[in-house]
Amino acid sequence: MAGKTIRRLQELPSTHLLGTGTPMCAGCGGLEILHEIYDILGPKTVFTNAAGCMSLLSVYPYTPFRGSWLYTAMASAPAAAQGIRDALDILLEKKRIPPGDDLQVITLTGDGSAYGMGLSATSAAMDRNLDFIYLCYDNEGYGNTGQQYSSATPHAALTATSRTSHGYPGYKKDLFSIWAAHRPAYVATVIGAEPLDLAQKVEALQELQGPRLLIGLAPCPTGWGFDPSLTVKIGRLAVETGIWPLKEYRDDRTVHTRIVRHRKPVEEYLQLQDRFRHLFEPERNNREIALIQARIDQYWSKAIDADT
Amino acid sequence: MSRRLLTGNGSAAWGARLARVDYIPAFPITPQTEIIETIAEWIDRGKMTGRMVTMESEHAMITAAGAASATGVRVFSATSSQGLLYAMEMIYSVAGWRTPLVLVNVSRGISAPITLEPDHNDVLAARDSGFLQIHCSTCQEVLDTTLMAYRLAEDERVRLPVIVNQDGFYLSFTREPVEIPDSRPAAEFVGDYNPENMGFRASSPSSQAVAVLGAGAYSYFRYETHLAAREALSVYEEVAREYRERFGRYHPIVETYRTEDAEYAFVMMDSFATKAKDGVDRLRESGVKIGLVRPRLLRPFPEEQLCRALAGMKGAAVIDQNLSMGKGGVLYTEIASALYGQNEAAPLLASFIGGLGGRDISAEEFYEIAATLQKAVKHNRAPRPRLLYTVEELRAMRKLQAIAHVERHGSKPGE
Ligand SMILES: Cc1ncc(C[n+]2csc(CCOP(=O)(O)OP(=O)(O)O)c2C)c(N)n1
Ligand code: SF4
Ligand SMILES: [Mg+2]
Repeated sequence: MAGKTIRRLQELPSTHLLGTGTPMCAGCGGLEILHEIYDILGPKTVFTNAAGCMSLLSVYPYTPFRGSWLYTAMASAPAAAQGIRDALDILLEKKRIPPGDDLQVITLTGDGSAYGMGLSATSAAMDRNLDFIYLCYDNEGYGNTGQQYSSATPHAALTATSRTSHGYPGYKKDLFSIWAAHRPAYVATVIGAEPLDLAQKVEALQELQGPRLLIGLAPCPTGWGFDPSLTVKIGRLAVETGIWPLKEYRDDRTVHTRIVRHRKPVEEYLQLQDRFRHLFEPERNNREIALIQARIDQYWSKAIDADT
Repeated sequence: MSRRLLTGNGSAAWGARLARVDYIPAFPITPQTEIIETIAEWIDRGKMTGRMVTMESEHAMITAAGAASATGVRVFSATSSQGLLYAMEMIYSVAGWRTPLVLVNVSRGISAPITLEPDHNDVLAARDSGFLQIHCSTCQEVLDTTLMAYRLAEDERVRLPVIVNQDGFYLSFTREPVEIPDSRPAAEFVGDYNPENMGFRASSPSSQAVAVLGAGAYSYFRYETHLAAREALSVYEEVAREYRERFGRYHPIVETYRTEDAEYAFVMMDSFATKAKDGVDRLRESGVKIGLVRPRLLRPFPEEQLCRALAGMKGAAVIDQNLSMGKGGVLYTEIASALYGQNEAAPLLASFIGGLGGRDISAEEFYEIAATLQKAVKHNRAPRPRLLYTVEELRAMRKLQAIAHVERHGSKPGE
C-alpha cells in the first residue's frame, strides 16, 4: 500500500478547500474526486483544464479554486502544463520569483480528452518527463456535450450516440496500460467512493517527481442515468464487482491496491444505471451480462497472477 | 553593430536572440526549420540563454507558448503553413488570453494540393484571431520587426501576440546583407518583460481564460481585444520612431515607394513587393507615374495610412498573393473597405491574383498590370479580377494533365 501519513479514514483532511456553488450536477462523481484530491494537494497548485464538464467550475468572475486555474482547449491541457512548468522553472532559476511562489502543475481533463483528443499531448508530456500531475475524471463519455460515447465508454452502455438496445459496441480502452507503457513516475486508478485509497495514492505521488497520472472513475448521474444519492454506492460497487480495479504503477511494476476476495456479480453494478437497463428489460440479456462478467473474471485471474 | 549576410530565417533567429527571449516552444516545418535549428545550436553552445522545448505539434506548441507567456516569461516561436493551421484553435485562444508572445510565420501555400512554396493564405487564415500581423519584405526587416514586435506586444496599451510574417524561400532561404544591432542597445530597446498582473504564483492565485456565461461578458472581452489591437497603430508608430533613433532604420506602418507624384500604384505585401519596386522603376523610365504602396501592418488594419498613401491617385492595382475561394483577393477586399466612402476621390481599384504557391511575377506582368490599370482609368471602368497565369503555363498544365490521364487510364484523353 502507498502512503505514509494517512492510514485511516479519520485522518483524511477535515477542511475542504474547493468552493461550493459550482454548476456541476448533484452527485457528480468527478467533482467528488476533485474535492478529495484538492484537499490534499492544496492551493499551491495551478490546474490546466481541457474542455469538458469541469470547464464550468470557473465562470467569470467566480472561481471555486483557492489556487490557480487555466482553461485551455480539448486537446492540449498537458501542453499548457509544459508551458507553465517551464515558465515557473525559468522564473525560479532567474530569481524573478521567490521559491515560495512555486506551484504544482495539475492537468485536469475528462476521458474524452484523456483517452482520445489529448492522448498525443499526454504521451509527449511523458516523453519529456514533465513534472506534473494529471487527473482524468472518467465519466465514460463526452459528458459536457450530452454523453455521446468516447473510447472510455464500456461495452453495451447506452449513450447519446449509441441509443439502440445493443448500446456501445466497442470496449473501454485500457488507458492505464497505455500510460504505464510510457514508464512515467506514477500511474494509478482511483475512485471518489474509496477516499482512503485515493488519499494514499495522492500522498504517494507527491513524494515523486515527473509525470504522475491518475484515472478516476467518475459515476455520472446525468450521463449514466441514476439518482444522485447513489453516486457513492455505485462507486463502491464498481470496486466490489471488480469492474474498476484499483491499482498503481511505479518502478516498472503494477500492483492492485485493493483485491476483493469475493467479487460481487457485475449485474449489481449494471442494474442501478439506466445506460445498462436494456440488459435487464424488457428481457434479461443473459448472454451479454455473462460476457461482461467473463471479461471481468478474466482480468482478475490474470491480474492476481501478475501481482503475486 | 555588425553587418552580415543572413537569410530571413537567420534574421528571425537573431531577432529572438537579441530580444533575450526566455522560452521557445518549437515544432519543425519547412521552410521554418532553420530558425529553430539556429536557436537550438546557440542555446547548446551557450551563445543564447533561454529554454527551448520541441513539442509534439503546433497546437501544443502554441498552447505551451501561451501558457508560459501567461505565467510571465518572454516567449518566441515560429511556424508555417500547415503548422499555423494546425495551431489555429490555440492561435485564437492565446490572443484571447492576451499573451504578448511573438510568432514568426514563414509563409507557405496551404494544402491541398500540398506545396512547399510561398503564398499568404496561411497567415491570412489567422487574420481575425487577435494576433497582430506585420509583413516583411527584406531580411533586415525581419530582424528589426521581430525586435519591435516585442515592444508592441508587451506594451500595456496593447498586450496582444504578434505574428511577424516573411515569405518562405524568397526570404527564408535568401541571403541578404543585414545589420545586426549589438546586444546591449538591443536589450535596452526591448527592455525587460514586465508581466504586471499576469502570472500564476502561490502568493497571488488567479483563474485565467475562464468561461463566461452570457453574451454581455463575451462581447465585452472580444471588443476589448479589438480596441487593444486598434491601439497598436499609434503604439507601433512610437516604437518604430524610437527604433529609428536608436538604430537608424525606420519601418513605417505602410511603406510607400515613389508615390509623391504618382497617379497609379501597385499595392502588395511581403517580399514580392520588392519585385513591384523594380517594376515601378522601369515603368517610371517609360514615363508612367506609378509607385508602390506596401502595408506592413495588416492587423491592426491601417485604413488611414492607406487612404493617405492612395489619396489623389487615379488607379491602384492590388496584387494578392492569396485567394479567398469564392471571393478573390483578400488584400483587395480590405483596401476597398478602407477606400469606400472616403472624402477624397478614391482611386479606381483593380484586383490581380499572383504568386500563388510561389509563382513568380515577371517584369512584363507588372507592365501588363499597369497598362490594364491605365486603360481602366481611361474608360472609368474597373477590370474584372485577373489571375496572373500565362498561356505557356496553361500549356504546361495541359501536358501534365495528359500525362496524368495516361498514367491512370493508359491512353490519351479522347483516344
Ligand atoms: C476541439 C473541440 N471539439 C469539440 C469540443 C466540444 N466539446 C466540449 S466538451 C466535450 C466533451 C469532452 O468530453 P470529456 O473529456 O470526457 O469531458 P466531460 O465532458 O465528460 O467532462 C466536447 C466534445 C470542443 N470544446 N473542442
Ligand atoms: S454530466 Fe456527469 S460528469 Fe458532468 S457534471 Fe454532470 S454528473 Fe458530473
Ligand atoms: Mg467524459
